[in-house]
Amino acid sequence: MAISESEVRHVALLARLALTDEQVRHLAQELSSILDHISEIQQLDLAGVEPTAHPFPIRNVTRPDEVRPGLQRELALLNAPAASDGAFVIPRIVGVEEEA
Amino acid sequence: MASRRIVDMTAAEIREAVARKELSAREAAQAALAQIEALEPQVHAFNQVTPELALAAADRIDAMVAAGDPLPPLAGVPVAIKDNMNLIGTRTTCSARILENYESVYTCTTVQRLLDAGAVPVGKCNMDEFAFGSSTENSAFGPTRNPWDLERVPGGSSGGSAAAVAARMAAVSLGSDTGGSIRQPGALTGTVAVKPTYGRVSRYGLVAFASSLDQIGPFARTVKDAALVLQAIAGKDVMDATSVDEPVADYAGALGEGVEGLRVGLVTDMLAMEGCAGEVRAAVERAASVLAQAGAEVGEVELPMSRHGLSAYYIIGPAEASSNLARFDGIRYGYRVKDAEDVLDLYMRSRAEGFGPETVRRVMLGTYALSSGYYDAYYAQAQKTRTLIIREFADAFERFDVLLTPTTPTVAFKIGEKASDPLAMYLSDVYTIPLNLAGLPGISVPVALCSETGLPIGAQIAARHFDEATMFRVASALEQALGLDMTPPLVREQR
Repeated sequence: MAISESEVRHVALLARLALTDEQVRHLAQELSSILDHISEIQQLDLAGVEPTAHPFPIRNVTRPDEVRPGLQRELALLNAPAASDGAFVIPRIVGVEEEA
Repeated sequence: MASRRIVDMTAAEIREAVARKELSAREAAQAALAQIEALEPQVHAFNQVTPELALAAADRIDAMVAAGDPLPPLAGVPVAIKDNMNLIGTRTTCSARILENYESVYTCTTVQRLLDAGAVPVGKCNMDEFAFGSSTENSAFGPTRNPWDLERVPGGSSGGSAAAVAARMAAVSLGSDTGGSIRQPGALTGTVAVKPTYGRVSRYGLVAFASSLDQIGPFARTVKDAALVLQAIAGKDVMDATSVDEPVADYAGALGEGVEGLRVGLVTDMLAMEGCAGEVRAAVERAASVLAQAGAEVGEVELPMSRHGLSAYYIIGPAEASSNLARFDGIRYGYRVKDAEDVLDLYMRSRAEGFGPETVRRVMLGTYALSSGYYDAYYAQAQKTRTLIIREFADAFERFDVLLTPTTPTVAFKIGEKASDPLAMYLSDVYTIPLNLAGLPGISVPVALCSETGLPIGAQIAARHFDEATMFRVASALEQALGLDMTPPLVREQR
């Protein structure tokens, strides 16, 4: 099960990771060898077997909709790389033309 | 008389001595802090030592003693906490560059329960970055060394928590276990190490790795201490919807009951697995015969589906991790590159510069397994395999009360030995992973010292869901019958 360098680049974009060319080369090899090993489970006959997402059945739990204190704003912003006026500061995400 | 040092006392003994006013909580805390100062330069078990928090907590206990107040069950017991659990007044770094300066803004429920039980926090322990690894070599802040042999790994990912207890820097500690990250370092450091049933202990405030597998549990030097810690932390938490409202048994109370009539299943195909060292196999077989002599009915069982656990785990674990780690994006906390052109550039470079190589590998593997065109071949197949592993255990527990396996295929390996071969590293969790996939509780107890290296060998005891009491009973019987001295040479030399 080989994974190509172009597939690695595609997955890296999905995973939001800016990889160097050297990392891409390495990961193509490493992921291929890991996938080689773990793809053995594709040989198992699992027709009709239900998938398990969680070791026990989970049921929805409801509670009365009451106001309770949450994390204070100062604490929520304590670790912010950049903050101003009680908000996180991030690079512009709206284009200039949309602003006009 | 070579006086027994405070740091050699068990948690139960410290609690008892504090209650009898033979020892103050402050003295116990100072002894632990002095031991950290003495051995930390060699072991590197900690990312942060917290003397102010420790002494303040100890003084509160001493004030209770002075006032004649009833004492909580772990009063004055020094505890170390894996650095993926939030505790106000400490950083929570997960040994990752991206969280290097992250200040906890709330306290993990399980840590809070330990503090409410009177435990004294001495520091935050080193780990594999985001708990990805089996050796603690993947820490962004340098590896932890095994107190039994400083050239070897302590296991991982909770290697710092394991080494701290083995080196007497804390009486007990907390780790987290997603595929073996408590039990495997427990085996490699000669400590008692518990992964409770999934849902037994709250995960609120634990930085998530794989949410359907993660569980917090204790390290200790005796089975009784491990039982006391689990007692203090177990139970439903409204802040963790996956924690389960099942009654918590009196774990320490069950220890003396012996194993008469208990049915123990020795998992023979796991013992026969290629890669399992001869001495490990012999030590586990000897443990089985010790239990038989103590009155247990020992039989043999095979778990052929569990052999596929490793593959299923290295799809499910990374898949869930790739989703959980999406939160580290440089926006709300953590490392952010300075000169981002736009928000995509900010995400991509902050993550690439903030994550270490194993984290990148797991996020890539998980993203790939979940990506369009591969989902059915990997993720869906792994989830179905998981179903069959759960069924196989259910069948085995029809015939047996507990199952006995090695904890790890080998003793502690050398630092660097497996660092360049991810697959070889992954194999060290082959016996522990199936329990995470099935949500079952497991304990690792020391059962021998390797004749060649002098290093500890651990056996794993698995029990039915929420039946930690039986697991502790069997572990205690082994501990009593074997009577091993699990003092690492580093500590012996101090005396």
